Amino acid sequence: MNARAADLAPPLLFGIAVLALWEALVRLFGVPTIILPPPSAIALRLVTSVPTLTADFIQTIQGVLAGFAIGSAAGLFVAILIDRSPFLQRGLLPLGNFVSALPIVGVAPIMVMWFGFDWQSKAAVVVVMTFFPMLVNANAGLSSAGSMERDLMKTYAADYFQTLTKLRLPAAAPFVFNALKINTTLAMIGAIVAEFFGTPTVGMGFRISTEVGHLSIDMVWATIVVAAVAGSSFYALVALIERRATFWHASYRARQN
Amino acid sequence: MKNAVPIAIVLAAVIAVWYLAAALMNAPLQRDAFANAGRADYTTAELIGASLNMERPKLPTPHQIVAELDKLIFETSPTSKRGLVYHASITLQETLIGFFFGASLGIALAILVMSVRTLERSLMPWIVASQTIPIIALAPMIVVILNQFNITGLAPKAVIAAYLSFFPITVGMVKGLRSPDPLQLDLMRTYSATGTQTFLKLRAPASAPFFFASMKIGAAAALVGAVVAEVTKSEDGGLGARLLAGSYYGQTVQIWAALFTAAALSAALVAIIGLVGRIVLQRMAFTS
Repeated sequence: MNARAADLAPPLLFGIAVLALWEALVRLFGVPTIILPPPSAIALRLVTSVPTLTADFIQTIQGVLAGFAIGSAAGLFVAILIDRSPFLQRGLLPLGNFVSALPIVGVAPIMVMWFGFDWQSKAAVVVVMTFFPMLVNANAGLSSAGSMERDLMKTYAADYFQTLTKLRLPAAAPFVFNALKINTTLAMIGAIVAEFFGTPTVGMGFRISTEVGHLSIDMVWATIVVAAVAGSSFYALVALIERRATFWHASYRARQN
Repeated sequence: MKNAVPIAIVLAAVIAVWYLAAALMNAPLQRDAFANAGRADYTTAELIGASLNMERPKLPTPHQIVAELDKLIFETSPTSKRGLVYHASITLQETLIGFFFGASLGIALAILVMSVRTLERSLMPWIVASQTIPIIALAPMIVVILNQFNITGLAPKAVIAAYLSFFPITVGMVKGLRSPDPLQLDLMRTYSATGTQTFLKLRAPASAPFFFASMKIGAAAALVGAVVAEVTKSEDGGLGARLLAGSYYGQTVQIWAALFTAAALSAALVAIIGLVGRIVLQRMAFTS
């Protein structure tokens, strides 16, 4: 526990130092709040606007979670499907890699047009964004089980599904979790950017773009704090599940000794 | 190129599904259009044909997008504000300027984090954590803040492009600079190499594969940053502004054309970096 505290201390001190410096500089030079509000003003805004921020958070997180679940599940499912066909793999994976590098966020206006202003359209953007990273990673994961282990399964006369569920899916887990972690960030980005293209009058992306228009920058910062905390908690949650689920993996075993 | 045939077949399947989806999604709209025009005597073939060539379809067909791209790229003067060349060049400039500064900053920060031990322990967790937050949410605010300082035009968007591209580059480069294994580092020590020598002769060359990998991610991220920044400040044009204008006026074909152009830009940037990377890594004997 002491070792962990020692690990945490430098970044925490650094963070506190940055906040203190920020506060001091803003006050010292009288920087207008329109340009950069001091952290204390942001904290005050955060505390006084809890109802609005909660409503925004709930609105946005619906799209994030629904899209994340559907997109990741679909990516994993398709990866398992095409795994049996080398032909489809050779055809789909280069495309998947290609699409991963594209500005997929741009489909947001199309999805808003198709699925309306509510969270469903945001979920649709997130589905498209999260599908390909999962497809590419899960596919790499499914082929990661060693030939020794596969031969062992063969000597057990295990059929395809037994090999899949008992060997190859567990072996793919670290890759799948890697994709899930990438997808948490993509999901937040997708949902927030999609809200720039139209929402009911609630949601974190909506709040940011309208409050910027009203020049109430402290509210923008408060929303960004919520988005940052939500994003990193989501990531931390997936990382925690990963640690529990793939405790056997080398990257965690090494840390214990 | 052994993948050419499977890719071509998958692409053909995608296009076939696309046409089918377009027919299914647009048919109800077209049926209403026929009803409004007082026509009831259309055949199914006519309905499908018209659905695939609507003015404002729900899902434009590939040939409509190609026609739109052709019209806006080749038949419009490159300097015209109506043409995509004009908007694409704005986006490309912002992306390249932003990417240049983002990459320089990212690499500088990686070297700093690498060489100053306290920074590594205090700053690096924040850099890693910053990857998990939706930093793009800052884009509209950065545009407004820079506006206060009379920084307008390309600069605010380039700043956002730089901002989005520097995080992945820092993380990738720190990993790359740390990639030499202890044996090699020990060897440098037996040569009594200084820190700078170790850096120049071992760490920097060893980071080359990581450099190109993170450059690819950084370039793609810079383009996303530029496009999203254009959405939040659409008066100056750019592909993001075309996306927003298209969504305001229901011009689906225009949205898709802008989207394809952005995709092509991104793919071209990544391909160029990939090509340079392959040549350089081959020369450096990373790959045979």
